[in-house]
This record gives sequence, C-alpha cells and structure tokens, in this order.
Amino acid sequence: MHPSRNLMRHVHGWLLLTPAAILLVAFTHYPTIKTIIDSLFSKGTVIRPSRFVGLANYESMYADPIFWKVLYNNLWFALGTIPTSIILAISMALLVNRAMPGRSFVRMAYFTPTILPMIAVANIWLFFYSPDIGLIDQISSWFGISGHNWLGDPKTVLPAIIIMTVWKEAGFFMIFYLAALQHVPPELREAARLEGASRWYFFRRVLFPLLMPTTLFVLINAVLNSFKLVDHLFVLTKGGPDNASNLLLYYIFESAFSYFDTNYAATLTVVLLALLAIMALVQFFLLDRRIHYR
Amino acid sequence: MSVTTSKGWNFYDTLETVAAWVLALLWISPLLYAFWAAFHSGEYAIHFDIFAPLTLENFREALSQAPFLRYGLNTFILVTMLLSAQLVVGTLAAYAFARYRFFGSNVAFALVLMQLMITPEILIVENYGTLASLNLVDTIVGIGLPYMASAFGIFLLRQAFKSTPKELEEAARLEGCGMFGILMKVYVPLARPTYLAFGLVSISHHWNNFLWPLIITNSVETRPLTVGLGIFASPESGIDWSIISAATLLSVAPLLIAFLLFQRQFVQSFMYAGIK
Repeated sequence: MHPSRNLMRHVHGWLLLTPAAILLVAFTHYPTIKTIIDSLFSKGTVIRPSRFVGLANYESMYADPIFWKVLYNNLWFALGTIPTSIILAISMALLVNRAMPGRSFVRMAYFTPTILPMIAVANIWLFFYSPDIGLIDQISSWFGISGHNWLGDPKTVLPAIIIMTVWKEAGFFMIFYLAALQHVPPELREAARLEGASRWYFFRRVLFPLLMPTTLFVLINAVLNSFKLVDHLFVLTKGGPDNASNLLLYYIFESAFSYFDTNYAATLTVVLLALLAIMALVQFFLLDRRIHYR
Repeated sequence: MSVTTSKGWNFYDTLETVAAWVLALLWISPLLYAFWAAFHSGEYAIHFDIFAPLTLENFREALSQAPFLRYGLNTFILVTMLLSAQLVVGTLAAYAFARYRFFGSNVAFALVLMQLMITPEILIVENYGTLASLNLVDTIVGIGLPYMASAFGIFLLRQAFKSTPKELEEAARLEGCGMFGILMKVYVPLARPTYLAFGLVSISHHWNNFLWPLIITNSVETRPLTVGLGIFASPESGIDWSIISAATLLSVAPLLIAFLLFQRQFVQSFMYAGIK
C-alpha cells in the first residue's frame, strides 16, 4: 500500500505541473538555449546556408559601434531614471502617508501614469516635445526662448525620454514605499519629535535605513525595467537620431525584424541574458537575505 | 529648543501639504492636457482658451480612421483568454509545488522562477520562430501563448496555498473529497485575495503590453489596442494631434475607468504582488 501511495504522489505532482512545464520549456528554457546556439552560427542566405562560426558573431559585435552605443545609452537611461524615480517615489510616499486634505486625489494623481500603456504615454509626451508647436516650446516662447527639436537633437533626446519615464514610473515605486511606511511604528516619529530631532535627521537616521529593503527591491525592479522597456521608442524616436536614443532591446528588435539578421540578434540577446543573470545573482545574494516584510 | 523644533514640525506639515498638492497637479497635468486636446478642435490644442467649445469630433475622426473598436475587442479577447489560461495552469502548478513533495520539485521550482527574470519579451527572436512553426503567427492565441504559464502567478498562488491550514484539507479528505475536490473546495476559495491581486496585475500588464503583440500580429483582426495605437500615431502618419489624443484616450479608457472605480483594489494588488 505505502510504496504505491508514495509513487502516486510523484505522479500526481508531475501531472499537475505538466501544462505549466510544457509552456515554460517551450517559451523560456528552449528559446534561451536556442539563442545561445544561434549566436554561434552565421546568418543564412539562400546561397549560403547558416553554418557554425564559433565566436565570430561576438567579434563583430565587439567591433560594432552601435552595440557599444546602445549599451552606453542603456547605462545612461538607467542612471537617469532610477535615482530620480526612487527619490521622487520616497518623497511622494512620505507626502501622502499622513492625514491631509485631498489625500486620495493626490495619491491617484501620483499613481495614474503607472496604469497607462507606455505607448499612450509616449503619444502624450510626443506633443510636448514637438519642435515649435509643442507645449514646451510654446511655454518657452513666452520667455523669448526659441524652439528646440527635443527629440531630434542627439544631446537632448535621451534626457527627454528619461523625464517621461520618471513620470511614468515614480508612482509605481511609491506604492512599495507606502506599504513599507505603514509598517514603521508611529512611536518612532513621536520619539524623534520629543527628542528634538530635525525632520531631515529623523528621515536620514531612522526612516531611510528602515526603508532600505524596499529601496533594494525597487532598485532591482527599476534596473530590470530599464532593460525591458523600449515601447516608447517606437512612437517617439525609433532609436534615433543616429542611435542617440537606441536601447539594447530595441536594437535586438531592429536586428531581427528590420535587418533580418536573427543570428546577430541572438548574439545581442545573449548579452541581455547575461546582464539579467547578473541581476538575478545580485538579487539572490543581496536582496533575499534582507527583506523581512511579514 | 525642543519647543521650537516641535513648532517646526507643524509648520512643515502645512508646507508638505502644499508640496503634495503642487506635485500632484504637476503629475496629473499631462493627462489633463490630453483630455483638453481630445475634447477640443485642433486649433485649441496649442491656444489655451477656457471658453473653447467642446467637441466629440476628434473621437469620431479617430474611429473612422482606424478600427479602434475592433482593436478593443481583440484586446478584450486576449486579456480574458490569457488570464483564464494563466489561472488554470498556475493553480495546478502551484498546488503541485505547495502540497506534493515530488521527485525533482525543487529543481522544477527554480526553473519556473527563471521566467521572473527572463520574461518572454526578451526572447522575441526565438519565440517568433517557434510560433511560426506552430502556424500561430498573427493569431490572438499566438499573442497569449508565451505568457500562459506565468511564473509570477505560480509563485503567488504557491505562497497562498502553503498558508492554507492542513487541517482543512484533512477534513475535506474525510468527507470524501479527492485531489481536485480538495483543490476546488479548500485551496481555491481561501486564495481569493491572491487571485484578485494576480488578476488585476495580469490584466493591466497585458492590456498595456506592446512589443510582443507588435511582432506577432499584422492584421486588423488580431492587433490589440496598443499596437493599433502605435501604428496610428507613428510620426510618419502625420495625423492631427487632437485626433491622436482622442485615440489615446479611447485606448486607455476601459482600463483607466476600471482603475478609477476600483482604485483601492488596484493599488493593493500591485503592492501585494510586489511584496510577496
């Protein structure tokens, strides 16, 4: 009786898992491995079929200035969006985590951009950034400043996209800080007040350290987002001008679906996978040990 | 000393309320501006005039230039189908992980969690190839298929199932419930908050998803709203800004209205899903 019941446990377990396992293997594990294999093969054409070329694709990637450009852009995009979003998210959470008139409206105002698709956000901001007729140029013309092509100038295109992304993301990160703040005992604030601590001192020495696990969690998510979020490029810039706003995932898309070089796209994807793997390790060793929410 | 700082705290309270409001108005203004543009004729998009006449012309124009209602239907079918599949697949897998210590379960769980990092949008190139060989390019099923097993859903449900008291399962077993009976009568009802949280997160994620649907669809019959909007508003289309605003509002309206009505549930779901 017992051995067969034991066997049934394994069978039942695997039967329950089967649908998920098939889908995950087909769309996560198999393509991951296939990506690595494809990156070792040349681009096939009608005349010359694809053949094993070892690391040749990686060599041409290393020599590809656009690759370094998009990687560099990704770095600046991350550095531009993440710290600002986090500072804003903490500020927003602190501002609405107390009794005040119109609190629910204020919270809604902060959070609403989060619920919109990036494509819609890009549409709205496209008009702000349009040269001359756009809202920003309209306002600056009142002060006698002449129009500027914000998205057409390689110097301003990335900052313009960064500002838009901060607007979209800050409210999302705010809710995690709000959740964390609700677990901070109110006595701490009272004690700091009685001790005569300044508000800034209280924040710096008490609140901010308590929010550290949340900050790490948000940080990891924000870094991941900075690599996965490229929707806005389709509407705003298509990666231009001259790749000044191009990001890694968008370049992968271009390589595969505009230049039809799936093997080079696979090579680029391997870099993205490696970056994600590093992030996963950081998360595993840094984050999981320090979060104790409930 | 302590009296003055205490006063300082009160003064700053007022200051903070003002700051909160200023920031809130600043934050909501791009959206209010899109509303303004959508409900006024083109010339008022730039020249702000509080007495400008309201109009629905932009919405009519947007609807006549692109089949947004069809796109909306496609999105609705996609989101509904996808969520149902995710819930069924996820419930079964989560139940296995929570209650069956089967051979290889730890390794299998680690492999499931891989999808939290390597989401399907990273693997667009290979997944396109797979769907082409399954003849599912340009179908709504094709948009949803790579997402139907959600590691995130499996993870959340496993947590919920694990916190279900074992005694309830024993009681149900004594009453003659089988494996599926126990799952449906004990575990699923008790995990309702988790289902709600995952459902809202999944719906808003896939309502807004763009890159993969863009790649895998190429006809009006399959395109979801985001892709339709992206094509409609691309810089080379040269369409009037007011009409683009109207189209944008049309595309986000269902989700935005749902969010405004069920704000608390949405925010709590996002919070809950992020923290777990």
